Amino acid sequence: MSVETVAGPALASACDDVREAVDGDSVDGVPPGHVARPASTDETAGLLRTAAELDLAVVARGAGTKLTWGTPPERVDLVLDLSRMDAVLDHAAGDLVAVAQAGCPIDRLQETLAAAGQRLAIDGTLPGTTLGGGIATNSSGPRRMLNGTFRDLMIGTTVVRADGVIAKSGGRVVKNVAGYDLGKLMTGSFGTLGVVTEAVFRLHPLPTASQVLAVDVRDATTAAALVAAVVHSDVVPTAVEVDWPAGVVAVLLEGTEQGVDSRTAATRTLLTGAGASTVDIAEQLPPWWGHHPEGVLLKLTCSLSAVGGLLQEAARQGVAVRGSAGAGVLYGGLPADAEVAAAVTVLRAFCLAAGGSLVVLAAPADVRSTVDVWGPVPALELMRAVKGQFDPHRRLSPGRFVGGI
Amino acid sequence: MSSTHGTTKTAGAVVGPSAPERSGPTGDSPQVRAVRRRVQELLPAKTVITDHARLRTYECDGLAHYRVTPALAVLADSVDDVATTVRICAEERVPFVARGSGTGLSGGALPRADGVLIVMSRMRAIREVSAEDQRAVVEPGVINLDVTKAAAAHGYYYAPDPSSQQICSIGGNVAENSGGAHCLKYGFTSNHVTGAEFVAPDGSVVELGGRALDAPGYDLLGTVIGSEGTLGIATAVTVRLTRTPEHVVTVLAGFPSTDDAGAATSAIIGAGIVPAAIEMMDALAIEAAEAAVHCNYPEGAGAVLVVELDGPEVEVRQEFDQVERLCRDNGAFAFRVANDDVERALIWRGRKSAFAAVGRISPDYIVQDGVIPRTSLPKVLRAIAELSASSAVRVANVFHAGDGNLHPLVLFDDSEEGQGEAAEEISGKILDLCIEAGGSITGEHGVGMDKSAYMPRMFSDADLDTMQMVRCAFDPNNISNPGKIFPTPRLCGEVPGRHKGEHPLAKSGIAEIF
Repeated sequence: MSVETVAGPALASACDDVREAVDGDSVDGVPPGHVARPASTDETAGLLRTAAELDLAVVARGAGTKLTWGTPPERVDLVLDLSRMDAVLDHAAGDLVAVAQAGCPIDRLQETLAAAGQRLAIDGTLPGTTLGGGIATNSSGPRRMLNGTFRDLMIGTTVVRADGVIAKSGGRVVKNVAGYDLGKLMTGSFGTLGVVTEAVFRLHPLPTASQVLAVDVRDATTAAALVAAVVHSDVVPTAVEVDWPAGVVAVLLEGTEQGVDSRTAATRTLLTGAGASTVDIAEQLPPWWGHHPEGVLLKLTCSLSAVGGLLQEAARQGVAVRGSAGAGVLYGGLPADAEVAAAVTVLRAFCLAAGGSLVVLAAPADVRSTVDVWGPVPALELMRAVKGQFDPHRRLSPGRFVGGI
Repeated sequence: MSSTHGTTKTAGAVVGPSAPERSGPTGDSPQVRAVRRRVQELLPAKTVITDHARLRTYECDGLAHYRVTPALAVLADSVDDVATTVRICAEERVPFVARGSGTGLSGGALPRADGVLIVMSRMRAIREVSAEDQRAVVEPGVINLDVTKAAAAHGYYYAPDPSSQQICSIGGNVAENSGGAHCLKYGFTSNHVTGAEFVAPDGSVVELGGRALDAPGYDLLGTVIGSEGTLGIATAVTVRLTRTPEHVVTVLAGFPSTDDAGAATSAIIGAGIVPAAIEMMDALAIEAAEAAVHCNYPEGAGAVLVVELDGPEVEVRQEFDQVERLCRDNGAFAFRVANDDVERALIWRGRKSAFAAVGRISPDYIVQDGVIPRTSLPKVLRAIAELSASSAVRVANVFHAGDGNLHPLVLFDDSEEGQGEAAEEISGKILDLCIEAGGSITGEHGVGMDKSAYMPRMFSDADLDTMQMVRCAFDPNNISNPGKIFPTPRLCGEVPGRHKGEHPLAKSGIAEIF
């Protein structure tokens, strides 16, 4: 009797929704044996205990929008589909706190919160993205400039370890320094340390008004000047985005109606003073806002003062760039049949020199094999040691992360 | 009056298993002697302190009732001094404790009699202030407020502002994940540090995070911040600078009771306003502040709120109008506004002096630090009042009302038989109230030595065990500030390698792998 044969019944005894995998369940080209849809943290724990007993490799899946990010797993026996765990468990509006399950789509959480005039100040950048998927990849959108990312807004975490043990850290209060902040360790760990099943978030009030100021601009030097004028000012932008080489700098202002009106006027003056010929003002976000560029997807980070140089270098390499010029976190895209490896080498050197990094987030397998996906990662030995503690037998998304972790 | 904080005994229920040891110039272990000899060989003489009388300077931090003289102190001038010392400690398996300005309130920098104290306060250079990158690179001994001073000319400041910001160090802030009165709006140290040069407990020097955001790999920086020196020592810190707000308004409102002030707080938050700070003091805390600094708060107030609004001028003015209305709607009988820094300082003086001021109305006191969900404020305050009434132990309440961070000051006279014990009991029960309300045993002072015994009340064994897996990854020999945070150390064991043994099913004969 093979492990495959044993696995089905063993998993079924831990969870009532287990099936054999089909083609669509492959994780970045790697076919799993089974898919389980646990209904609770306890069921997730039972499945992970079973997986530990049978030495099954496990990949957790939310909406499956970012399973091709990073590197593919070495093996997958079980996909843990968290889509049944999609509830908003609590919204304590008076405390500006919400608790939700990992499989809850970000958009659905926002709908619930909006009913009470609040929001989680994180953008869902891909349609359907779940909280768990966002946490695992630390994905972020334009509003991160003012509000930060999952690592800043997640205040409590429930995680199931590779051995099936359930552990919590943080709590339901924003101000809390008791114990290690395991939530930060889980954020951006690509499912290699544990399976986050529930999280507690700090919320913000929904703004009552917003305006977008967009400037068409041809040269990167002027674009950088426009960004700097707004970033180093008192207008408190929620986001400052660029779309390049399309040639747009856009500023999002949010707040009260009177406040936004007055800051819109101030921002327009700043932009004009920095070289904008015309400033378009609209309540609607532009269509490209918050969407990643097409093609091979790169994540590029650099110090703020280097953003202009990065736009220039990216254009030279045929890489389209969108993202937060105000935070120095941008996304690049280029056709798979372009000179990807050469562009990655040049742009990575630029980003590293500017205090940042370049990660090849998503690329077809034949392209990915020609590039270093993660680039240099300092403190890799400590990261390996952390992995060694949390998942010594390498069962959780093995190979999905930096340094083959 | 006793020391500013704490009592002669622990504020926690039980002293943990790593209780302070007796120490003296004699009786060193061979390992400690080896560390002393090797450190003296490699570091300049002025860097190493071995004289017992001089070592006693460092016997406690801001929580003065724990005192331990370290076996040895190293006054580090550079990352090399720190790395050399830590490496030798690792090789000899001798514990080390890092210390910044020594202002911590949970005994986090309490030395070990069998270990080395690494004093970081001489590493005080602000290496770089880059407004264009919104970053400053500072050494860990730099005083918190000095970062803001260095950035001010560029229109920037460093947002975390613990009340000790004139003396506490950035390294200590990183260890404790310090917040401050304004963290309601601006967050904590972990939201404002983007990178660190870091000496791991084996003496290796690594970069965590960076100048840019979202460094690839695990967020080890976010894990290290707030780990109270148990994962290693930061030797340079890259901090994010924040734009100085265009406009700031500070108001003081007097209320008949804490219930009214609490209702006003809820109304302000409920209106969608995020003030930079909302602070509350009750009648006893006001009495103490008046006695100490004559802050001239509204007479007859059962509670005062200090509300600070900052940001773009138009919005601040709008919010101010709302705050005034909401305070008056909820019973405020006095409402004062500070429009400039001098007036603002007057309002803040009473609040900032509150801890020390309590010394005017009580010979001894314990400063407690606990957190509750903001909406539980009235309920928990009533429960604290009942505890106080039933035990005849007076409790003054000062707190960050906006984020539910309570600082009850438990008053007593240690010269009276049994009062110290009674105060400690009340102090502990207040933490129980916080846990019951779904809060935390510490919002900003840290667990340190003081509250490790309370950790199992807030976290399960599995939770604590999982946290200590991180500890084992960084510090398998448990030498980096051991005995802090966790009531029971985890045995780290050997880290399994990649190679696995026989498959469990194959081994038991159930299955064949191939």
